[in-house]
Amino acid sequence: MGWLSDRLNSSIGKKIIMATTGLLLILFLIIHLANNLLLFLGPEIFNENVARLEAIKPLVRVIELVLLLIFVFHIYNALKLYFENKKAKPDKYAINANSENSTFYSRFMTISGIIILIFLVLHLATFWREFNFGIHPSGESHPFYAIIQNAFANPIISIFYLAAMIILGFHLNHAFQSAFQTFGWRHKKYTPLVEKLGTLIALIMTIGFGSIPVFFYLASLGGN
Amino acid sequence: MAHSNINLTLKIWRQAAGSSTGNFEEFKVSVSPHASILEMLDELNNSLEKEGKIPVAFESDCREGICGTCGLVVNGHPHGPQPKTATCQLHMRVFNDGDTIYIEPFKAKAFKVIKDLIVDRSGFDKIQQAGGYVSFNTGSAPDANAIPISKDIASLALDAAECIGCGACVAACKNSSAMLFVGAKVSQFALLPQGQPERYERVSNMVAAMDEAGFGSCTNTYACEAECPKGISVSNIARMNRDFLKASIKM
Repeated sequence: MGWLSDRLNSSIGKKIIMATTGLLLILFLIIHLANNLLLFLGPEIFNENVARLEAIKPLVRVIELVLLLIFVFHIYNALKLYFENKKAKPDKYAINANSENSTFYSRFMTISGIIILIFLVLHLATFWREFNFGIHPSGESHPFYAIIQNAFANPIISIFYLAAMIILGFHLNHAFQSAFQTFGWRHKKYTPLVEKLGTLIALIMTIGFGSIPVFFYLASLGGN
Repeated sequence: MAHSNINLTLKIWRQAAGSSTGNFEEFKVSVSPHASILEMLDELNNSLEKEGKIPVAFESDCREGICGTCGLVVNGHPHGPQPKTATCQLHMRVFNDGDTIYIEPFKAKAFKVIKDLIVDRSGFDKIQQAGGYVSFNTGSAPDANAIPISKDIASLALDAAECIGCGACVAACKNSSAMLFVGAKVSQFALLPQGQPERYERVSNMVAAMDEAGFGSCTNTYACEAECPKGISVSNIARMNRDFLKASIKM
């Protein structure tokens, strides 16, 4: 298997790892969003759905482990590439003309990625931990919906989540078409479509995920 | 043709040798708008020599935009702000009277400064030696139309072959990636029948040489395509990626 690690350690190999793991993470985001949007159908349906996932916990744990590996590969490779690329370009020009030759989203990938990583850690330490290991009075069904409702009543948490989702949109806007380029799937007929699809996915993710904190915060203002 | 000179302030990167630290030196010049930027530097060097000072070191050869020898970073743009123009074809009429112009060498770890504005681009030579050729038996020239090639494919191959190997893609890239150059050199042969026997060996060897020479990785910002004096398309990078993937499976 020496050939495989040689190939994956080459400059193009590392790009391929970024693209493969990145597309898989987009797939995860789509599934995550579909589940989250059930929040808008009310507490019963959302809680029932979470309970259904609880019933197949061992399978969920295996999927989570795979997901963790995908995240680790994506983040580790990104950091490795960041430091290697920084070493390859040690000096900057006196006048920076990057804004005239490339998009903001493409140059912002490392920073947006780091912000998303910080968000991810906090998200796991709060919601994920609470959903999986939260202690609730025995005999009572888990108040999953209420956990979210209470958390997003806090404007600081809501704004942080919304901001993180906007940054995620920036990241995805470049990421999707970039993955296609890395795999060599570029064609004058289809590439403009892929670019538009990437922007659409980014918008769906930002608006879809971002609407949840906004909704619950505004609902909390209404006073029950 | 009546024209009046324009007055410019030049901030030119001076560095005595690769090992020494460099800094900007300021010059005030009055130059014809019809002069190229290299002709302006020639005039500046003439006056510096008359004053007994050391002239500014820069490279140039054909001065027709086809050899890829010249290459200055002008106001942050490799080959200057005018699209699809090599440094030697950049005329002073694109600037206005009173402008300040920053002239710097290409910056990349793989392109070490030799002196002032001259950098060592031998990394590109090593990449070319690793596979930027087709092996042929010598003999009399083959019949011109013996191998059928469609017009579309021939055009794509010639577009890739337009690369003059100047290094502007590396200079423009925030990661100093050479992938536009290597993509073009791989593509010009990968598209043609003559390039097929060595197709996958070529891409593997050239990518290995590129990594060896210390160029960075591509993050698909496409700054290279925007700054390339020949407008080489990033679809050549996609083709290289695709061939590299195929080579990984085949070889």
